[in-house]
Amino acid sequence: MVIFGVTILSFCMFIGMFIGDGLGKLIGVKANVGGVGFAMLFLVLLVDYLLKKEKLSAEAQKGIQFWSAMYIPIIVAMAAKQNVVAAIKGGPTAILAGVLAVFVAFLLVPSVSKLAKKSDVPANK
Amino acid sequence: MEKMILTIMTKYGLVMSFMVVGVVMYLAYRISDRLTKGRIHGSAIAIITGLILAYIGGSVTGGKNGLADVSFFSGIGLMGGGMLRDFAIISTAFGARIEEMKKAGLAGAVALFLGIFTSFIVGYAIALAFGYTSVVDATTIGAGAVTFIVGPVTGAAIGASSEVIALSIAAGVTKSILVMIMTPFVAKYIGLDNPQSAMVYGGLMGTTSGTAAGLAATDPKLVPYGAMVATFYTGFGCLLCPSVCFLAARAIFGG
Repeated sequence: MVIFGVTILSFCMFIGMFIGDGLGKLIGVKANVGGVGFAMLFLVLLVDYLLKKEKLSAEAQKGIQFWSAMYIPIIVAMAAKQNVVAAIKGGPTAILAGVLAVFVAFLLVPSVSKLAKKSDVPANK
Repeated sequence: MEKMILTIMTKYGLVMSFMVVGVVMYLAYRISDRLTKGRIHGSAIAIITGLILAYIGGSVTGGKNGLADVSFFSGIGLMGGGMLRDFAIISTAFGARIEEMKKAGLAGAVALFLGIFTSFIVGYAIALAFGYTSVVDATTIGAGAVTFIVGPVTGAAIGASSEVIALSIAAGVTKSILVMIMTPFVAKYIGLDNPQSAMVYGGLMGTTSGTAAGLAATDPKLVPYGAMVATFYTGFGCLLCPSVCFLAARAIFGG
């Protein structure tokens, strides 16, 4: 059933947020420390396990796929509710941060590629 | 008549926002196809449209919640709120497979971590330079330089203001668009002509839409390699930025 996939997804979210809030408490910061990331990690592991055991029906997978297909539209809605007026007063911060991040990454490509050729040849021969 | 429409739009806010965002998505993908020949991905155009609408909404109402402050579009606030956003982002991990992670190998992993940390540091430095000196603000903008998802996720997790979150989205979208446009031009100079360097590239750039569109314009055969590693980038970014990066920044610059 489709709901089973959604259930798995929300269960992963619960665990992730629980770990994130718990870590925050533990370290003493008022923040959810990496909750979304933990939930994603957990989902990858759980789905991998269930697929290997053939316990994840096509219907259940649809329940997860629907939300992953809704991701860009939800991000668009999120963008539309931000305080952009105030952000624009911040000047070129955002543009400069984006441009420089790309520039630095471009510079790193050749050296990391070299490392790739030297140290290991992955399975894509 | 007008009152009737307004009542429906607010009473069924969340569902009506599906209608509004759907129209925005349709137009954005049309613009991507017709005006840029697919070179700038529809998703990037849609997100920019979202930011522009937020600007218009904010200017008209003087509120802090962009388009969601216009009562006609209040449902946008629900659809783009923290709960559904995190839920949808987590679900994208469904496409990632452990076997593929292994295929990327050591270089892929190195590129991934290096890509996240350098983008974060660059974004953080720019934020400081422009006077966003609080650790929460600078961390959020730094995370935005990672991707336009990692920024808001981090900002929400550590309690940043909407203004700073908007900046982080804009930084991420700038990065994504730049990668789409620049990739074919720099490919020659950075040796981007084999699966291996495409994987490294995906790990360093990280933005999935940017990497996919950029590589498609360079050499379509390279797309799956770059996109495969890039898929993991946002996930690791959401894991590392509100934890390791935030705590490190707090330790260095004080709380």
